[in-house]
Amino acid sequence: MLNSIDINKIREEFPVLNQEVNGFPLVYFDNAATSQKPTEVLEALNGYYRGYNSNVHRGAHTLAAKATDAFEATREKVRDFVGAAHTEEIIFTKGTTEAINLVAYSYGRAFIKEGDEIMISAMEHHSNIVPWQVLCEEKGAVLKIIPVSSEGELDYEAFENLLSEKTKFVAVVHVSNSLGTVNDVQRIIAAAKKVGAKVLLDGAQSSPHFNIDVQALDCDFYVFSGHKIYGPTGIGALYGKKEILEAMPPFLGGGEMIKEVTFAKTTYNELPYKFEAGTPNIGDTVALKNAIEFIERIGKDNIADHENSLLLYATEKMRAIPGIRLVGTAKNKVSVISFLMEGVHHFDLGMMLDARGIAIRTGHHCTQPLMNEFGIDGTARLSLAVYNTKEEIDTFVKALSNIANRFSKQKQKIS
Amino acid sequence: MSTSEIQEEIIDEFSILEGDRENTIFYIMELGEKLSALEDSAKVEDNIIKGCQSKVWLTTDFNEGKVVFKADSNTAITKGLISLLIRVLNKKTPDEIIDTDLYFIQKIGMNQLIGSQRSNGLTAMIKQMKMYALAYKAKADN
Ligand SMILES: Cc1ncc(COP(=O)(O)O)c(C=O)c1O
Repeated sequence: MLNSIDINKIREEFPVLNQEVNGFPLVYFDNAATSQKPTEVLEALNGYYRGYNSNVHRGAHTLAAKATDAFEATREKVRDFVGAAHTEEIIFTKGTTEAINLVAYSYGRAFIKEGDEIMISAMEHHSNIVPWQVLCEEKGAVLKIIPVSSEGELDYEAFENLLSEKTKFVAVVHVSNSLGTVNDVQRIIAAAKKVGAKVLLDGAQSSPHFNIDVQALDCDFYVFSGHKIYGPTGIGALYGKKEILEAMPPFLGGGEMIKEVTFAKTTYNELPYKFEAGTPNIGDTVALKNAIEFIERIGKDNIADHENSLLLYATEKMRAIPGIRLVGTAKNKVSVISFLMEGVHHFDLGMMLDARGIAIRTGHHCTQPLMNEFGIDGTARLSLAVYNTKEEIDTFVKALSNIANRFSKQKQKIS
Repeated sequence: MSTSEIQEEIIDEFSILEGDRENTIFYIMELGEKLSALEDSAKVEDNIIKGCQSKVWLTTDFNEGKVVFKADSNTAITKGLISLLIRVLNKKTPDEIIDTDLYFIQKIGMNQLIGSQRSNGLTAMIKQMKMYALAYKAKADN
C-alpha cells in the first residue's frame, strides 16, 4: 500500500498537475476522459523526435533500425501488459475506437451473416455501439442489448437468456466509463463460448486500473487506448487471438500491410503488419512503452489499492452531502463516481467547480443509451487516478457542499 | 434606452466583478433566475434553439412594431446568458435588433468565460433572435 509520501513523489512526475487554474491549485478529476502523462513519457516523445525519428520497417539505415526496434519493443511491452501469448497478436491502432471499428469491419464483414445476432450491453460507449449498428444494418444482422439494473449492473440472467446459437459476437465494456461498474466478464465469456460466440472486451476503462490477462480471460479481442493509461494520445491497441486475426481480411490497404503488389494481385503481409497500413504513429507508440513501464514501476496492485481507498473515501463524503444522488452503485467499481445534485444542472455544476480549479466531466459521457435507461440527460463525473489524493477529495467535497448550500438556501428563499 | 445604452450598463455591472470567474458565474446565474420562466407548453421541440449544448427555448411576439422575446433553459448559466441577450434586444424594432452589434459580449470577456463550445451556443441564440427579427420585418414590409 502506498502512503501519501509516495503519492507526492508520483505527483512530481506529472508536471501538468503543478499549476493553478482560475486562481486555485488544479484538481484533475477527469482521468476517465484522459489521464495525465508522467515525465518519462514526455521525455520519450522528445527523445524520439530529437534522437532517432525515422520511418519503421523500411529504411536501410541506422536511425530507421533504431526507430523500428523502439516501435517493436512497445509491441512486446503491450503483449506483456495484456498477457497475450504472441507479440503478433498486438495490432497498433489510434485507440479503442479504431480497434473496435477494425474488428467490426474486418471480422464483421467476413463472418457475420444475415440473421446473426450481435450482443452489446446497455452501458456501452458510443464507440462500441455505432460500428455494430452499421454492421448489422449492412448485413441484416440483429443487435441485442444486455439490460442494466438501476444500480448500474448488467443483468446476467437476461444475458444468458438472450444467448442462442444465433449469437455470433458479444462486444461488452469491461468497466463502464460512466458508472465505474466492473462487469463480470468471466461469466459473459464463459456463457458466450458455450454458444460459440466471439467476445470483444472494451478495455478502455479497465486497462488503467487493474491487471489484464487476456489468456486467463480467454476473450477473443481486447482493446484499449494509450491516453487513458498515462500514455500519449493517438495510440492504442487491439489484441486478437492469432488464429482469428489470421482468418480476418485486412482493414485498410496501403504500404506496410503488403508482401507483394502487382496490378494483378496483392499478397498481404503477416500479422501484425497486415492490419497496420501506412506509416504508423511511431513517436506515440514508442512513448507508450514508457507509460506501461511507469505503471509497472508503481505496480497495478498498488494503483488499484490507492484508487480504491480514494473511491471509498469520496463516496462516503459525497453521500453525506444533502441533495447528492450517486448514479451507479454497483458492488464492484473502479474509481469513477457519477452523480447529480438536486436542483442544479450538471453543466452548471461543472462550471462552478471549474471556477475553483476542479476539473470533472459533465454530460452523457458518450453513453446516451445508458443515460436514457436512467431517465437522465447526463451526470457530473469524477474519475480518479493514481496521483489523486484525499486532500484533493476534501477540496472537491468542500466546493460541492458550498454549492449545495447555496442552492438549498436559494430554494428556501423562493418557497 | 437604446441597445447600446443597455450594453454599456451591462459592461458597467460586470466590471464590478473584476473578472473573478466564480463571482461572474454566480452573477450570470442570478440574472437567469430573474428571467420569468416560460410556461411548460412553450417548452417544445419547435422552440428549441439548435446548436446549444443545453436546452434553450425561445418564443417571440410582435407587439406594436416591437419584438417581445421570452426564453428559458434547463441550465442556469445558459438561462443567464440568454437573459442578457433579451435585456438588450427585447421590445426593440426588427431593424434595431438586426442592426445591433452585441459588442458587450466581447467587452465582458464572455467567450473566455464560457469556452468555445458554449460560445457557439451563444452565437446560435443571437442568430435565432435576429432571424425572428428578420421574419417580422419581412412580414411588416409585405
Ligand atoms: C469505455 C470506453 N470505450 C471507448 C472509449 C473510446 O476511446 P478512444 O476515444 O480513446 O478511442 C472510451 C473513451 O472515452 C471509453 O471510456
